[in-house]
Amino acid sequence: MWGLALAAALGLVAGVLSGLFGVGGGILFVPTLTLVLGLTQLHAEASSLLAILPTAAAGVWRQREYGNVRWRAALLLGLGAVAGVEAGVQIAESLPEHALRRLFAVLMLAVAAQLAWRSRRKPPYAS
Amino acid sequence: MRYLVIGLIAGVFSALFGVGGGIVVVPLLILVAHFSERPAMGTSLAAIGLIALVGAVSYAFHGELKPGAAAVVGLPAAVGAVLGTGLQQRIQARTLSLGFAALLAGIAIWLLV
Repeated sequence: MWGLALAAALGLVAGVLSGLFGVGGGILFVPTLTLVLGLTQLHAEASSLLAILPTAAAGVWRQREYGNVRWRAALLLGLGAVAGVEAGVQIAESLPEHALRRLFAVLMLAVAAQLAWRSRRKPPYAS
Repeated sequence: MRYLVIGLIAGVFSALFGVGGGIVVVPLLILVAHFSERPAMGTSLAAIGLIALVGAVSYAFHGELKPGAAAVVGLPAAVGAVLGTGLQQRIQARTLSLGFAALLAGIAIWLLV
């Protein structure tokens, strides 16, 4: 029960941070699902993709008001992803659990470095 | 054509890591398709929604999806995203950005050791 409440609270925090920084919620969903709810890395990554949908929909709804969404480009990107996704799923399923987890940790470090770099260069999204 | 290629790359990345792929889509839209920053972010969000949908469906076919767990974090996150976008205009984001970077690095090191 406490685990569920904590996971929901972390989900809320992940959403706030994703709205603030324009990063997807996935980078925080995956560790929440593994460390708090005890999912395997593979199950966490799969479920994170589903969890992203409401957050992305909320974000699009806000951005659409500012005219920032180019639908044709977005649709083509989604179409191109169909083939790529299948390859990504196959790679993720063929890797051992600990390797997938370590690879994800390396991605987190890269995102952290990018955020730090961006904040050093200019105040992000100050306008 | 270049959108299809960017989508292909983002799809591999997204499914492999369980993330939306914005970290690759936004820079590619800016560098390859010559978007400016804000349309790149808005368009990337819409693309992320589609890419994540494709990924979730594919994982569901492989039997790896846990919809209950996804709902527990995903639904509060949607509320949080609306709050976060509203806060964006009011907060000095620089310090927070470094704090967020430190948080991610901390979790990453926890996962590595």
